[in-house]
Amino acid sequence: MMRQGIEQPQIGMAQVTTPATGIKPVEARLWQRSARLRAAALRAAPVVLWSCLSVGLFAGIWEACWAFGWADPKLLPPPHVFLGDIVDQAKFFNTVSRWQVGVGQNSGPSPAMAVLYTVLSTTGRVFAGLAIAASLAISTGVAIRYFTLLERLTLPTVTLLAPVSPIAWLPVAIFLFGIGNKPAIFMVVIALLFHMILATITQIDGVNRNFINVARTMGATKRQIYARVIIPAILPQLFVFLRFNLFGAWMVVLVAEATGVGYGLGQVIMLGRNTFNPSLVFFTIVLIGVLGFTFDWLMRLMQRKLLYWVPPGTETLRGL
Amino acid sequence: MASDRVPPSSSKSAIACRDLGKVWGAGTARAHEALRAIDLDVQANEFVVLLGPSGCGKSTLLYLISGLEEASSGQIWSFGEPVESPSPERSLIFQETSLFPWLSVWQNVSFGLSIRGMPVAERRKIARQALRRVGLNEAIDKRPDELSGGMRQRVAVARALAMRPRVLLMDEPFAALDVQTRAKMQDFLIDVWRDSSASVLFVTHHIDEAVALADRVVVFTARPGRIKSIIPIALPRPRNLFAAEAEGLRRTLTELLQDEVERAFAEQEALAAG
Repeated sequence: MMRQGIEQPQIGMAQVTTPATGIKPVEARLWQRSARLRAAALRAAPVVLWSCLSVGLFAGIWEACWAFGWADPKLLPPPHVFLGDIVDQAKFFNTVSRWQVGVGQNSGPSPAMAVLYTVLSTTGRVFAGLAIAASLAISTGVAIRYFTLLERLTLPTVTLLAPVSPIAWLPVAIFLFGIGNKPAIFMVVIALLFHMILATITQIDGVNRNFINVARTMGATKRQIYARVIIPAILPQLFVFLRFNLFGAWMVVLVAEATGVGYGLGQVIMLGRNTFNPSLVFFTIVLIGVLGFTFDWLMRLMQRKLLYWVPPGTETLRGL
Repeated sequence: MASDRVPPSSSKSAIACRDLGKVWGAGTARAHEALRAIDLDVQANEFVVLLGPSGCGKSTLLYLISGLEEASSGQIWSFGEPVESPSPERSLIFQETSLFPWLSVWQNVSFGLSIRGMPVAERRKIARQALRRVGLNEAIDKRPDELSGGMRQRVAVARALAMRPRVLLMDEPFAALDVQTRAKMQDFLIDVWRDSSASVLFVTHHIDEAVALADRVVVFTARPGRIKSIIPIALPRPRNLFAAEAEGLRRTLTELLQDEVERAFAEQEALAAG
């Protein structure tokens, strides 16, 4: 972000001591890197183990229900059934060709490519929607606080529209954009936009007064205060807001796709419902879960890189 | 207190306040008078401590002098110029950390210079000088969250010094620090003040701090804040705070404050009761 290209030494890095003196610098650096990697792996190990155990426990109970005959495998196929079926199910991801007349189930991309294509198009919509919503919301929110006239003209409408369920916008999305990427992206944007504008305004009002007063005593203009104090001050919280709303965006996109707005994971779930194929539904749910988890993790990484001044929030309530 | 209502346009006082008053939330049901009839002159290179019970309006006075808040009545001049808006000539240092966490130490120190559009190389040079003056040249590329509370306040002082202020306004700058750090910071501040030739207006409610730092101590009454008395402190520097004179001054200040603290308490209790 605002890093100026001058002397930015790596500070706060763990100091790794070289095993012995007299080693060539390149080797020492390689050794340091591998030591750092090993340390990171060791730190991550308990988290990974507990995560596996947690998922394993859940899957185990499900499998037990199936083994004891409590769950009908036709309705609730256990993980080993629907996951063992991947190759067979993957071909249903080829929903693109369903829209084309005279194209058979077996033409078009291979099943694996179809899965990849479906996942990428859904993910693309989610992130396009998030990016558009974030930039629109931050610029609108800042503009609303900057120009009083704009605030009076738009804030009541924004507040009025914020509680409207995104589902209510679905027909509007289809009226405006028909079928394809645009309506799904529109749904994500509309689901986030108004809330995020309000969040931006709240964040602006909450900026530490001392920050603003410091800038004022230094002779900063209103524009400089907004550009150099208020916007960097509100970014961390807005990014957290965006991260929390990533899951919301996933849900909206699935609804948008399921209602025939386009192809994608939502469409596959709908196909599973219509063809009474629980295995396909559960397989897609697992896919969505894994994707959501991965992107949340990626966004956390991004947060650490982009908003380098925010301390990592590792404090948890413990010991009660 | 003789208050001549004539604008002291010929006055070269670093700060001159005449008949200054401030009412917060004037015209509303919650209006309350923070300051009344303040007449105060601060000379160039003078160290003045404002001492008073909590909520007596001494911080308000600092905000008025800085230009961040407007007075309800009266007038302020700085070196003969009326104070109408904030100016880098009068730097304000806050109690809590006010460093921008997204900027490195030197970028924080040179923030005001970058507002003026000064080129990076020159800014960094001035930041380096200012940091050397507060003994933090090592920390130039660190980020604020890597520093201790005392170091952060020193960076805040460096940031003020980089603007070459003629008046330093300090609003309980060491209140959040532990006792040992606070004593160190007081010595450090005296050093900085002596070679900066700026005037200092320092708000505190610690009598010890007032005796350690001030050329003159301005004692405030409880709300609304008025000047109760001004006590000159003629102890030689560096000061021996265990000397009999220092002890005597502490006693005088304690007695002066006692009534006001009691009055402030009584008022707060009355407010809570009704």
